[in-house]
Amino acid sequence: MSTTLVTGARLLGGEVADLLLRDGEIAEVGTGLTAPAGADVLDASGLVALPGLVDLHTHLREPGREDAETVASGTRAAAAGGYTAVFAMANTFPVADTAGVVEQVQRLGEEAGWAQVRPVGAVTTGLAGRQLAELGAMADSAAAVRVFSDDGHCVSDAVLMRRALEYVRAFDGVVAQHAQEPRLTEGAQMNEGAVSSVLGLRGWPSVAEEAIIARDVLLADHVGSRLHVCHLSTAGSVEIVRWAKARGVQVTAEVTPHHLLLTDELVRGYDPVYKVNPPLRTQADVEAVREGLADGTIDVVATDHAPHPVEAKDCEWAAAAMGMTGLETALSVVQHTMVDTGLLTWADLADRMSAAPARIGRLAGQGQPLAVGSAANLVLVDPAARWTVEPEAMATAGRNSPFRGTELPGRVVATFLRGRATVRDGRPVDREARHDTRHDTRHDTEGSRS
Amino acid sequence: MRRHLLSAADLGRDAAVRVLDVAEQMALTQRREIKKLPTLRGRTVVNLFFEDSTRTRTSFEAAAKRLSADVINFSAKGSSVSKGESLKDTALTLQAMGADAVVVRHPASGAPHRLAHAGWTSGAVVNAGDGTHEHPTQALLDAYTVRRHLRPGPGGAGVGEDLTGVHVTIVGDVLHSRVARSNVLLLHTLGARVTLVAPPTLLPVGVETWPCAVSHDLDDALRSGAPDAVMMLRVQAERMTTDGGGFFPSAREYSRRYGLDRRRAALLPEHALVMHPGPMNRGLEISADAADSTRSTIVEQVGNGVAVRMAVLYLLLAGETPDGRTPGGDS
Repeated sequence: MSTTLVTGARLLGGEVADLLLRDGEIAEVGTGLTAPAGADVLDASGLVALPGLVDLHTHLREPGREDAETVASGTRAAAAGGYTAVFAMANTFPVADTAGVVEQVQRLGEEAGWAQVRPVGAVTTGLAGRQLAELGAMADSAAAVRVFSDDGHCVSDAVLMRRALEYVRAFDGVVAQHAQEPRLTEGAQMNEGAVSSVLGLRGWPSVAEEAIIARDVLLADHVGSRLHVCHLSTAGSVEIVRWAKARGVQVTAEVTPHHLLLTDELVRGYDPVYKVNPPLRTQADVEAVREGLADGTIDVVATDHAPHPVEAKDCEWAAAAMGMTGLETALSVVQHTMVDTGLLTWADLADRMSAAPARIGRLAGQGQPLAVGSAANLVLVDPAARWTVEPEAMATAGRNSPFRGTELPGRVVATFLRGRATVRDGRPVDREARHDTRHDTRHDTEGSRS
Repeated sequence: MRRHLLSAADLGRDAAVRVLDVAEQMALTQRREIKKLPTLRGRTVVNLFFEDSTRTRTSFEAAAKRLSADVINFSAKGSSVSKGESLKDTALTLQAMGADAVVVRHPASGAPHRLAHAGWTSGAVVNAGDGTHEHPTQALLDAYTVRRHLRPGPGGAGVGEDLTGVHVTIVGDVLHSRVARSNVLLLHTLGARVTLVAPPTLLPVGVETWPCAVSHDLDDALRSGAPDAVMMLRVQAERMTTDGGGFFPSAREYSRRYGLDRRRAALLPEHALVMHPGPMNRGLEISADAADSTRSTIVEQVGNGVAVRMAVLYLLLAGETPDGRTPGGDS
């Protein structure tokens, strides 16, 4: 396997050290390391080294919507964004609600080789919210699913949610809830508030998210199960999760980069690139989710990367699809909103974007410390670089980035997946150029417990 | 005036007064034997209607034709739109036909914004009602009607004047009303005071940020508010079912609490106008005798719509003449 010596990197933004990557592991950490014969040497002076990022919430669209994204294009985008693992949501066609589909997605990820792909299994058959999918079969499959979600739909039936929370405990699974009370959000187009009142777009009230989160943390408490809250977006949701954690409920939560930066004021021009679910909220909500992420109430930044074909956004607002791309802008947005503002250190960022999501998803071999013996999954970031977002230049097939034209800090210079560079000099390294394409992810799915 | 008319907020005080003044000139020309003006000869106005609206479409059509524009009516029914053609492709088609102005009515809020700003057409876009967003020409014709009656002034018909000091009360389904949104914005711009009266279920969350007062008590609003004009909004009876949202318990209860009946009409000041954008639900939001009373301007509003839409098309497509004269200004 390839050997790489990374020299002069600031580990987690702190001390400067060299890292020797050999046989897919971090073999040595120290200063003044000498490169073994034949080793690739990467001068990382000025760069921040972080464990490879882990995205707990990605839509790779394959199988079924290969016009929007494929596992190959989506994971290439992940690598470009500094990710070494992504959890692929279940709302594909067919839905990832059987062992067969989750194994297919996992295999497509292995073949592409850009990032480890961990399939998320549907909670209910066909995401229909009526009957539990064969959760055990997906857990026992080669894909060893541990995260279950009907994302895109809420498991709104309280009994079904209770059963799902209870059932997945048998294999240490977690239910990741898309918190959206369906009756309160019928036909909803944007955050309900001052802006929606003026624009005449039907509102998606905060309470529709908060009511489900409140119910679910109480259910999780009652049955003693783990609950994960997807893309939390409101100040009230932060308060509820904070309360639940103080009470000892096993709840974790994620926020998206776009909810850390953007507000519903952007909807005023009716450009559907800003249409997303949950919707962009107010400045007060943005400040609350930043604070929640800083104090650990929110455990994870997850992208909810949702690529769409051009025609799904090139239309009137009501007809447009919901969702934004995010894999290639997430790190920059989090640096901009959290690190450059002093709310998080780079070490905190590594926790929120790598260690915590790996722990919640029960993914060993990812999110590990930059220490001898860890898997050589890491990303080198130039925090001083600035770049302007240009969707056409991105690796994702989706062009629906809400950050088009925005100047952001931080550039991914290199990404290593088990010691092999998937990104070098800021550019994805195509498979043929890599030293070794052998890649096995299956043995890593059991392990660390939080 | 800007290149498009998408929202009543596109008009500042002076621009709004200007539209009303030009509309007044247009109305004068419509009393002549020969009503047609040559102003927009050779220009093409497309009426792009994705929703049925005979009255608004014919009003725009009459306005464009009286300015000698070529008019193409493009309605969703029986067209490629019903076969799934996108708004974008429809717009590109009209662009290829050389539309100078597109008058658009669409069920989706913001569709005219997309048409104007997505680069699909280079023509001027006039919002003829989009979803539950706005209907700016309705607000202009309402303001025009109010000004004619309440600001007659020495120059006649209130030319040059705004609506400072006028109190307008708007009653009904504000939540779903594009007419209400445009009227609140325009009346405020023109200096009028606006009070909205509705059950809380039919007011949007966020209404407290609007430049108006809000009440849930129609009797009190009429008695102590002493409005100079009361504008009744159409209420769709299906809103009372849970499928429609369950906004009120029954048509009868709505009518009892928020309908303008004979008793309530009698609470109005002597000079106050009774307005309705149409089409009316007689017996629901307005009783027949209120609708047909001498203070009702409901039929007049329809006629004023043509003059106001002539003014809008004229200002968007022909702009100002070099010496500042407007057509018919010499009569």
